[in-house]
Amino acid sequence: MNSCAPWLIIIIKAFLILFVTLTLAAYMVLAERKLLARMQDRYGPNRVGPFGLLQPLADVIKLITKEDILPTQADKFIYLIAPGVVAGTVLLTFAVVPFGAPVKIDGVTVQMPVIDLNVGALYFLAMSSLGVYGVALAGWSSGSKYSLFGGIRGSAQMISYELSMGLALVPAVMLAGSFSLNDIVAAQSRVPFVVYSPLAFAIFLISVAAESRRIPFDLAEAENELVAGYHTEYSGMRFGLFYIGEYVNIIVLSALAVTFYLGGWHGPGPLWLSFFWFFLKAAVIAFFFIWMRATLPRLRYDQLMHLGWKFLVPLSLANVLLTGFLALMFHWRNV
Amino acid sequence: MSGLLTGLFEAFATTLREMFRKPVTIQYPEEKKPLSARARWRIVLTRDPEGEERCVACYLCSAVCPVSCISMQSADRGDGRRYPEWFRINFGRCILCGMCEEACPTLAIQLTPDYEFCKYKALDMVYEKEDLLIDGTGKDREYNFYKHAGIGVVNPKGKNPDEYGPVDIRSNMP
Repeated sequence: MNSCAPWLIIIIKAFLILFVTLTLAAYMVLAERKLLARMQDRYGPNRVGPFGLLQPLADVIKLITKEDILPTQADKFIYLIAPGVVAGTVLLTFAVVPFGAPVKIDGVTVQMPVIDLNVGALYFLAMSSLGVYGVALAGWSSGSKYSLFGGIRGSAQMISYELSMGLALVPAVMLAGSFSLNDIVAAQSRVPFVVYSPLAFAIFLISVAAESRRIPFDLAEAENELVAGYHTEYSGMRFGLFYIGEYVNIIVLSALAVTFYLGGWHGPGPLWLSFFWFFLKAAVIAFFFIWMRATLPRLRYDQLMHLGWKFLVPLSLANVLLTGFLALMFHWRNV
Repeated sequence: MSGLLTGLFEAFATTLREMFRKPVTIQYPEEKKPLSARARWRIVLTRDPEGEERCVACYLCSAVCPVSCISMQSADRGDGRRYPEWFRINFGRCILCGMCEEACPTLAIQLTPDYEFCKYKALDMVYEKEDLLIDGTGKDREYNFYKHAGIGVVNPKGKNPDEYGPVDIRSNMP
């Protein structure tokens, strides 16, 4: 029965991923609140359900039933679609992530990413660039100065750090000889790229933290300066979309850090364990982001720009040269 | 640069270490903090050892109350004892300062260690005399104001244990 149409498989995978990532994002919120609380010697949410496990559900119900306020000063159309841009681009990024080994169903090999683009890495960069629009437009269309400041800061920050993030991906692409995420994972079947280029991995992690607009890079929100930055005026489920976007973003960026540098779904044991290995690695990275939030204070705007332009970008450029040189010297791959 | 790195490392180590410590939170409805010996919260009106009301409706508590949350109407029982016809404390305004307790000459009004008396409606915070009056003596179990006051309510005038008899002003010459 090989009549299973490819588009059907794609649709099924897309819905599965949508469902799983949204659920994971909701529980990511809970995990972050719990871990942050623990790091601050508190308990965190523990009232709804056992250990507070139903808290995300309660949060969603609250967000949906809240009033959706439209400020009179707002540019209505843009104001209404901006949250969708933020959440949508982040969710779309997940389309190229190979989160497990290929599975054989009825003799048909099903690749795990929804679409195995041959320019997957570029697609990811494009999507994260588009995500800037969500922040910038939300800040601009709200018609409030706090939002505008947040939007400006957000776009400046994300454009700056996109550069070092893109350059930090170059070693991985060089070593794999391909932009396809499937090929990049396949090239790491024995040794993950973090061994070859730990510096690129570190730069990627820092840039990704900036890209997800979280502490210590949450200048776009900056509660104690800008109320809530670009989403000050949003309420109800539109605010919820920004929130979901932020947490799906953490999951996606953790997944990509795993894909590019930690060997993707490769791990010991049988192939069906690959999902578990991928999840575990991504969870470790996600935990690191939460840990970082509990630890570091927010950077000042000039410090942020300083770190991005004067430190990370030159360093990642040098790293590209270094990795290329070493790869040629030691024949790490047929570069 | 090395200072930056050690600073970062120490910070991350600290948060990680704190993560494994027991939280300091007291989970209120299940766990309660032990109250201090002199904790003072909800106000009650007490009775003397004979079971009569101690309050003589002197208005001193009402006068001293900094937020004016106590009000009453005094009345006479006919046998020389005074009592409040009605007595009202608005706990919505009460700041639990305890000045009424200090002002009270008969030890009638007292603050108790019961602090869990929140209400959903503001009007429910207004306590009437029947809500305030308790059957016991509260803190000072032996005290009966009229046994020291000398106006002949419990014992005839001048017959209280720590009292002299009335002075005959005609014989009390220098």
